[in-house]
Amino acid sequence: MFSIYLFIFLSVVALFSALKVLLSKKPIHSVLYMTLTFFTLAGHYILLNAQFLAVVHVIVYAGAIMVLFLFTMMLLNLNLEGEFSKSTLMKIVAVIAGGLLFLVLIASLKSFDVATVGTPELTQIGLVKNLGNILYKDYLLPFELSSILFLSAMVGAVMLGKKD
Amino acid sequence: MDIQFVLYKLALAGIILLVSLVIAMYATLAERKVAGFFQDRLGPNRAGTFGLLQPVADGVKLFMKEEFMPATADKFLYLLGPCLTMLVALLSSAVIPWGKSINIGGVDYSLQVADINIGVLYVFAVVSIGVYGVMIGGWASNNKYALMGAVRAASQMISYELAMSMSIVTIVMTTGSLSLNEIVAQQPGIHWNVWTQPIGFLVFTICVFAECNRAPFDLPECETELIGGYHTEYSSMKLGFYLFSEYINMFIASAMISSLYFGGYNFPFINDLGLSQNVLTLLGTGIFFCKIGVFIFLFMWIRWTLPRFRYDQLMRFGWKTLLPLAIANVILTGFFHLLFKN
Repeated sequence: MFSIYLFIFLSVVALFSALKVLLSKKPIHSVLYMTLTFFTLAGHYILLNAQFLAVVHVIVYAGAIMVLFLFTMMLLNLNLEGEFSKSTLMKIVAVIAGGLLFLVLIASLKSFDVATVGTPELTQIGLVKNLGNILYKDYLLPFELSSILFLSAMVGAVMLGKKD
Repeated sequence: MDIQFVLYKLALAGIILLVSLVIAMYATLAERKVAGFFQDRLGPNRAGTFGLLQPVADGVKLFMKEEFMPATADKFLYLLGPCLTMLVALLSSAVIPWGKSINIGGVDYSLQVADINIGVLYVFAVVSIGVYGVMIGGWASNNKYALMGAVRAASQMISYELAMSMSIVTIVMTTGSLSLNEIVAQQPGIHWNVWTQPIGFLVFTICVFAECNRAPFDLPECETELIGGYHTEYSSMKLGFYLFSEYINMFIASAMISSLYFGGYNFPFINDLGLSQNVLTLLGTGIFFCKIGVFIFLFMWIRWTLPRFRYDQLMRFGWKTLLPLAIANVILTGFFHLLFKN
């Protein structure tokens, strides 16, 4: 019962902050609301008994990626309002493109059969021990391959960032 | 989950909050006393015996000072900065095992607020969001020096976070658990992790200094270049929050060092004393706080001994010395673990 209230609370905060990401005038506020959204999503993961995913979500998204966003925003100083004023044509094109994307999303969700989730207390897959066992036993090769992909991306970023 | 359990956990969290605040309060006095000792002066001794009322006087002074907010500041974020810093400073105390369990009426009460099986990752998460308070405060002040301080703080914390995480990875490898309770429980007597992980301990301690923004890594507030760094525009208790959270961070960091590398509440000959479980637990907690005290002194010792790094030195040291050292330590530990533990 208690978890239902938590779920409703987290969902309301998540939707509110997601809307505020779009509606905020200042880019910094958008970034901070996005961070709040990530925290509420982490809360949802914990309600689904996926502690590892929740904490990694916070570390990676809130702790690293959003800090980088914040960093860039601060240095660019996009604080002036009206800097993003677009022409009417641009606005119309943006609305049509966004609406089409929305339509595609709705269509894909319509044909998607929502899988019934078992009681989250019984699915122990989200606990770090079980997840580690599965990753390193059943999915070792994909796991290692994706880590190599990450490494090469990092090396590439360093190469591109070099001055000469 | 019965009501008694919830009440007990709430009470424990409250006690830990109070203890953290009182220790941080007296750490400010200790800092000034230690500074006095290192510089051959007396330190504060006017307010109360040995200056014991000095922290209270400081607190009253901070409260009475004029509240000032820059006209161009972002009001909400300006307030959010110090609050967030304080909140994050207090968060990680939830997973530190302050002692074994106390047995009252046949029920064991653990002296740890939350024994989650991802304790170490939780600490990583808290550390990684610790940068928000400083960045938000520095940016919202709308001051060039504050922004410079905030940017410095953010890049320093992100850089040293990596080496810190890498040094804890070795502990996780040898312990085989991410739970802090389990990590401490596996260091009985004098079998502390520091003997098997000296490099890890060194890297971790240095990184913790950088994460706490303590000298010689106090570049975010480097007063010779940046006036006051990210809290240049802050006054009154909002400044007090920033300064105070540094001492709370120091306390929690010392607790982390003691529990990860120095056995936490464990001490030698723990089972030869023939005392009851409750007495042993309390004794262990006392020993744990003694270890914490030693590390808080270490923080102060280094602050009043070493000069501040230059910014490029700081970055070079973090990325080109500590990180490779930590990675080499991970590889070496894995190697030895495979060879000798199986």
